[in-house]
Amino acid sequence: MHDDAARAMVTEGWPHLSATDPHMRLLIIEDDRESADYLVKAFREVGYVADLASDGEEGLTLAESGDYDVLVIDRMLPKRDGLSLIGTLREKGDRTPALILSALGQVDDRIKGLRAGGDDYLPKPYSFAELLARVEVLSRRHGGPAEETTYRVGDLELDRLSHRVARGKDELTLQPREFRLLEYLMKHAGQVVTRTMLLENVWDYHFDPQTNVIDVHISRLRSKIDKGFERPLLHTIRGAGYMIRDGIR
Amino acid sequence: MTAFGKLIRTTAFRLTLVYLFLFALFAASLLGYFAWNTRRLITEQITSTVNAETGELSDIFGRRGLRGLVFNIENRALRPGANLYLVTTPAGQAIAGNVGSLAPGVMGSLGWSETAYRRLDDQDNADHRALVRVTELTSGFRLLIGRDLDERRRLFGIVAKAAQWSLLIVIVLGLGGGIFVARRVLRRIDAMTGTTQRIMAGDLSGRLPVGRSGDELDRLAENLNAMLERIEALMIGLKEVSDNIAHDLKTPLTRLRNRAEEALAKSSNEAEYRSALERTIEESDGLIRTFNALLMIARAESGQARDNMDNFDAADVANGIHELYEPLAEDNGMTLQVKTAPAPLHGNRELISQALANLVENAIKYGKPVAAAQPLGADAVVSAKEILIEARRDGDQVLLSVTDHGPGIPEADRGHAVERFVRLEASRTLPGSGLGLSLASAVATLHNGDLRLGDANPGLRATLAIPARVAAGTRVAAQTQDVPQKVA
Repeated sequence: MHDDAARAMVTEGWPHLSATDPHMRLLIIEDDRESADYLVKAFREVGYVADLASDGEEGLTLAESGDYDVLVIDRMLPKRDGLSLIGTLREKGDRTPALILSALGQVDDRIKGLRAGGDDYLPKPYSFAELLARVEVLSRRHGGPAEETTYRVGDLELDRLSHRVARGKDELTLQPREFRLLEYLMKHAGQVVTRTMLLENVWDYHFDPQTNVIDVHISRLRSKIDKGFERPLLHTIRGAGYMIRDGIR
Repeated sequence: MTAFGKLIRTTAFRLTLVYLFLFALFAASLLGYFAWNTRRLITEQITSTVNAETGELSDIFGRRGLRGLVFNIENRALRPGANLYLVTTPAGQAIAGNVGSLAPGVMGSLGWSETAYRRLDDQDNADHRALVRVTELTSGFRLLIGRDLDERRRLFGIVAKAAQWSLLIVIVLGLGGGIFVARRVLRRIDAMTGTTQRIMAGDLSGRLPVGRSGDELDRLAENLNAMLERIEALMIGLKEVSDNIAHDLKTPLTRLRNRAEEALAKSSNEAEYRSALERTIEESDGLIRTFNALLMIARAESGQARDNMDNFDAADVANGIHELYEPLAEDNGMTLQVKTAPAPLHGNRELISQALANLVENAIKYGKPVAAAQPLGADAVVSAKEILIEARRDGDQVLLSVTDHGPGIPEADRGHAVERFVRLEASRTLPGSGLGLSLASAVATLHNGDLRLGDANPGLRATLAIPARVAAGTRVAAQTQDVPQKVA
């Protein structure tokens, strides 16, 4: 019953967002009270367990003791900064995925963050939809499909070794980049993937384009995989990005 | 600190003191060595003369007896500048020679000794010193032969005096020179300090005085001036950025606020609220993008991104951007082509990609052919809709260009177009932050290159011209004159 209430809240609070894994446990380490509260509240509304630490030391203690699926770490923290916190965890062999939030949004800072052991980097200000999508992709509960050689969503099938894509009985011909786009979407099937995530992971660019360049690529891909089929698989999630999934879950 | 205190604390003055000490030491030891050697030489001369004469006189005594000896000695004693002679009996009584008196006991000991003496014919009562040798002739007679040491003493006096004078001169000249040099340096340093203090107080246009001698201080001043020039340019740029932020971000912020206010006042149902909120988020996303672009430009201009450079080929960047934007161009009714040749670069790949992406986005947005200007056949219309990305090496430069066949930018406007937030009349109605070209230009500047806007007849050709990679690590130093023109 309680679960149902949470669900209802989810659809009310974030109509286009919903938890892909209701048991995910998050640790948010952020010293700014207001943004921390906002994050905790938002993650809980979506249906996740979110704990909060407000400085680096507390964050480290919690991260070491708790069994978290993802850490969301502000870069600049009192007592111990975010990068050193991650470094300490990694030295101790703790590989919990960590996403760094930072007001420093430049490419160099991002590289620094990733070198320190972070798994993703999101510059402030960010949209919650973007953060949520990235956290879900990072979560170690979704580490599974990476090793599979074939991805399947509904009747869509992608063979990573032979580069063959088929929908039902129809063989689809994709350009190399369309293949990689679809591969990334299918790897994270059922999860929201944002435009910036696509630009970063499929094209390896880290700037934000002033145009809808990603949408155009998606619509091309869509015309190849969904056109003429009764049930669309590639969905646009308003205000967030895209998701590939079989219509009915 | 007093003027004198400042003076003696200067490096020039301290160096002078050290050199002064070393020179004095050197002069003193040189003179000392000279004096000691001369003394030795004189003593040797005396010894050998005395030895020779002793031999001669002993010989005469042996052959011609006491009388012959006495006669000979009297003769020798009369010569000018004669040596000292004395012959004594076994009882110690003087019987011949020119010595009047001796220090007691000299005749008693055989061999060499130094003694005070007086000549027989001396008028003054002063004692003189001599180096003498006493030998025993047969049957108890003793013979003394010696030489006056005045010469040696005089020489020593001369040397000592020379040493005193030369030391005095060295010290006076050295100190004088040191003070002169130190004061000169100090005056110039004081002038520099004065200027820097003025600059620190806020007058960024101040420059250090540069002399004409081209010495190390002038070179230092020149370099500091170049640095100040750069700082001033950066400060002006910063001020411009903040002015622009104030001006151009306030407008969308006001719009944002107005909409929110309006929604709050007038919306009656959820759908209206929702759409107002969505527009608000859109608007703030646009603001964030503008803000990011501004930060990126500022960072490229300040040279911070120099840390993150590696070697790559601009052709790959061109192909990558072509691949990314080709569908977008097509959607906009244009075709995007790419033509590449190897173009090795050393730089920030991300920034160059972004600069090129901006140029391509501009071409897609503004590069549509003007209908009236195309009274040509269908073929020409097709080619007029073509945007071409080119990467190639031209001499020691890599050229990354984007050519469209749109209306282009009038020559008079080209310099202006690169400025921040400038959106030429024709583009006012299209979305965009107006920062694309200035970011591209800042990226070119960061790589010691420039952004050229040219005519494609008709259309615009925007070219990033960046020095090519010569060899590993040879082009690291930043030029000092790469201050962007647009901030001047």
